[in-house]
Amino acid sequence: MSLFSNTAVLLSKELRTEFRSRELLTTTVVFILVVLILFSFAISPTTEESREFGPGLLWLAILFAASLMLQPCFLREQNNDTLSSLRLAVSDPFSIFLAKLIANTLFLLLTELIMLPFFAIFYNVPILPEIHWLVLVLFLGSLGISVAGTALSAISAQARMRELLLPLLLLPLLTPVLVVSATVTVSLFEREPIVKGKGIAFLAVFDVVFLTALWLFGEYLLEE
Amino acid sequence: MSKRIILAAVAILLVIAAAYASFFLAPEERTMGLIQRIFYFHAATAWAGEMTFFVCFLANLLYVWKRQPKYDWLGVSSAEVGLACITVVLITGPIWAHPVWGIWWTWDARLTSTFVLWLLYVSYLLLRTLIEEPERRALLSALFGIFAFLDVPLVFFSIRWWRTQHPQPVIMGGSGSGLDPTMSKVFFFSVLAMHVLAAFLIVERYVLEKMNSELDFLAREVEAQ
Repeated sequence: MSLFSNTAVLLSKELRTEFRSRELLTTTVVFILVVLILFSFAISPTTEESREFGPGLLWLAILFAASLMLQPCFLREQNNDTLSSLRLAVSDPFSIFLAKLIANTLFLLLTELIMLPFFAIFYNVPILPEIHWLVLVLFLGSLGISVAGTALSAISAQARMRELLLPLLLLPLLTPVLVVSATVTVSLFEREPIVKGKGIAFLAVFDVVFLTALWLFGEYLLEE
Repeated sequence: MSKRIILAAVAILLVIAAAYASFFLAPEERTMGLIQRIFYFHAATAWAGEMTFFVCFLANLLYVWKRQPKYDWLGVSSAEVGLACITVVLITGPIWAHPVWGIWWTWDARLTSTFVLWLLYVSYLLLRTLIEEPERRALLSALFGIFAFLDVPLVFFSIRWWRTQHPQPVIMGGSGSGLDPTMSKVFFFSVLAMHVLAAFLIVERYVLEKMNSELDFLAREVEAQ
């Protein structure tokens, strides 16, 4: 039980820190917007092409944004020297990860939902017909990104060149998320949308695998 | 010392024998001709490389569990040797593909997942260069190695199920594929040769890493005095 109550307290701390300044959310939203616009300049897609390639570009933008957004997650604790007190305060270090990854998933999902209407307008894709499936895919994808990203940001925070290192470690690791969520999203935007259940299940498997790994090995990531 | 020399001799002899067998004993493939012979090295090295990464994964797990430096040395040695093997695979693949498929590269499941594997272990070695303190480096790189290895089947299946627009592989591709008996003997002999070669390289690299770490330790002691 203490895992959940600890996580709840830590989660509220994460949310409070972010919503006090909203720095992370604003910069991420603007970043995704910039990347999406630059993509469309780079390839100037037709309507048909943007249906086909738009989702891939959207997910790529999300991945890049996440690899920047997850940066301060542990760096902040380290710069403020709060990591050791956090570890002393909780009985199970997994709750630190759980709180951070829930917060990161929420931030990522929020930025995606803010971006979605802009994406639909710029890339001329119908998001409304299958919006509930779309949100599910966004949620499972963002959860996967956050789980892997939170673990790796704990690693990169302890190394040199950390700003460059996190994307370098994270992006290859997230290949499956990119492949599957882009494919599932493309089929949701077809003229006759198809829900790819296998893909959605695969995303869930990815999330479970990395959550389990984090649960098993998380405490070692925070060793002094 | 003598054991290492014996292993070296065995590895070199086996590789020479495998080269001889693949050039002179294996029959000529009907449609692909001479270029098909690169397969005995290409696929055998790929198997050896994958085995080496598995050794690296085990070493990573053992390090996290036991915290003995020897597992860290084994981890970095096997990762480097595996990376060398996969680099050979990624170079010999296109050499074969260009005359046979007419293209150097295609985004097929095996090629793409091998490339992602290569990238993951490049990041693993890069991470090691960016952490100063030996124990922290060992622990954090071992953890990253575990995450990377867990990712490999996910990468492979995600690409196999959603990205392959390519015909099934000729070799080991399920029903309808298969090898001539002589070919398969030569192939498995090459696999053996490449495994022994990889083992030899890992042992040498391990000894080097061990000396390096001892040197590092001594240098720190001198500095502290």
